[in-house]
Amino acid sequence: MSAALNLFLNQLLNGLTIGMVYALIALGYTMVYGVIGLINFAHGEVFMVGAYLALTAIWLAASFFPGIPFGLTLLFLILFSMAGASILGALIEKIAYRPLRRSPKLTALITSIGVSFFLQNAVMLIYGSKEQSIPDIVPMTRLKIGAISVSLIQILIFSVSIGLMFFLTWFVKNTKTGKAMRAVSENPEAAQLVGISPNRIIAATFILGSALAAVGGSLFALNYGSINFHDGYLAGLKAFTAAVFGGIGSIPGAMVGGILLGVFEGLGAGYISSEWKDVFAFLLLGAVLLFKPSGIMGNNVSEKV
Amino acid sequence: MLALFPLLDRNAYHLDLATGVGIYVILAMGLNVVVGFAGLLNLGYAAFFAIGAYVYALLSLHAHTPFWIGLPISGVVAMGFGFVIGLPAIRVRGDYLAITTLGFGEIVRIAFNNLSAWTGGPNGLLGIERPKIWAPTWKGHFGFELISFGVSALPYFYLVLVLIAVIAFFLFRLMDSKFGRALVAIREDELAASCMGIPVVQIKLCAFGISSFIAGLAGCVFAAKQTIVTPDSFDFILSVLILAMVVLGGMGNIWGAALGAVVLGFLPEILREFAAYRMLIFGVLMILVMIFRPQGILGGQLIRRELTRPIKEGS
Repeated sequence: MSAALNLFLNQLLNGLTIGMVYALIALGYTMVYGVIGLINFAHGEVFMVGAYLALTAIWLAASFFPGIPFGLTLLFLILFSMAGASILGALIEKIAYRPLRRSPKLTALITSIGVSFFLQNAVMLIYGSKEQSIPDIVPMTRLKIGAISVSLIQILIFSVSIGLMFFLTWFVKNTKTGKAMRAVSENPEAAQLVGISPNRIIAATFILGSALAAVGGSLFALNYGSINFHDGYLAGLKAFTAAVFGGIGSIPGAMVGGILLGVFEGLGAGYISSEWKDVFAFLLLGAVLLFKPSGIMGNNVSEKV
Repeated sequence: MLALFPLLDRNAYHLDLATGVGIYVILAMGLNVVVGFAGLLNLGYAAFFAIGAYVYALLSLHAHTPFWIGLPISGVVAMGFGFVIGLPAIRVRGDYLAITTLGFGEIVRIAFNNLSAWTGGPNGLLGIERPKIWAPTWKGHFGFELISFGVSALPYFYLVLVLIAVIAFFLFRLMDSKFGRALVAIREDELAASCMGIPVVQIKLCAFGISSFIAGLAGCVFAAKQTIVTPDSFDFILSVLILAMVVLGGMGNIWGAALGAVVLGFLPEILREFAAYRMLIFGVLMILVMIFRPQGILGGQLIRRELTRPIKEGS
């Protein structure tokens, strides 16, 4: 197969991998935005905390159960990270955002920046400001499919992310909580009238979003082999871009937006320049806002007062 | 009164610190126009500061442009970028502006880092000319001579002080003008304002431009004082720091923003032994101020009502 096609396929694969992670984070942004109309800046930090929790879980597993199969470690680290991040998400909502439920957007937005700063620096103080390397717990085997080689971690990322996306779609569509979430995002007052407690549903949204971000963080850490306390900021920013790209408030939009952004970035890094990789996402954001502010799958979101 | 400060405290380090805080005051007053008066969030303010600094640095190094000509050029270029960035976002909705500016802040920093041929990459640009002024001299006869500001912080201190006074005067006049009242009307109730015939998008964009202009001026002064600019002087933390100053001091209050800048500017010196916890404290401070005193230390009644008013449903 030609080298050009080879490059294309590999960059596509890399893009899809990071795109899955963006999609997992973007879901949290879009769900919280859908329910309370807040851009939760701290969400990227929850992703970063999730990655650090995964690292902690690896340390714990290595010291308490040395020699267990990697599959169990993997399961443990994902569950540990999800549980920890869920608690964090619930706490953030309760301490920082709930007192501001009846305040205008700007107040809550500035608060979320405060939360983001707090989390970044708390993690820096606990784990140190240097990059932490993640032990290789997943075997480095690569599968050859035609000309492209896929690592085991990449297969893991694809299967877990796609699985979670199906689960979320089912959850929002069929469960009582999921239906209540949609009701609150449609009309909070009417939802309250039919006996839905908005506070419970908002808390549930934060918990769900944080758990997804934590899975994203764990997978990201495993794939790149290292994590730093300011990784959440850029990843969060890009995931937000993905959510806007897909149409903020729309769950399938966040998934598609995340994956497309990842692909866009992967191809941009491969064909244009990897130094400018981080700029592409923001150029895309500018273009989306300029030409199609409602995103590819969003409803019409003109400014409401 | 502040002008007498150098006479009372002759410590060069303190003077240098005070000059740095003065630059923060300019930045906080500028950001206040957008955040406080227009009720929009700019999270990439450091980028406009950076543009001002790099514009003067490049002009000085390549064209030997004097500081006094570089100063307005820096402001105007920063303002131009402000219009370009503000337009797509302001047109759509206020909270998208926050993200767009945040993204822009990143792009500018990455661009200054990567465009090594022009900006010196991560090492930055050095050898920027200091300001020169015509000063009266006496050499047997009375005359004028072109004197450079030199390394002492004293002339910069007065330069910054004069700039603060001019900008504050300008902002007070502006807020009393038709434009200022239109801006406050938009912040209070955008729909009602547009029904009264106020061109909402133009007014918001103008506020954004004025704010960027002030950041450009501050950047030029910063570059002339440091004689060196590097991309990492203009990171996201700086944008958040300036925002924290405006929020703490009181959004929508010109002296409030200045007070916030003075408090947070000197805080690191006071909290020296807790340096590692400084940013953590900033985060907590921002949350607490928003929950318990959203109007800040000197916030006006008007913004107080705005910030405690229940959010409208259905948005």
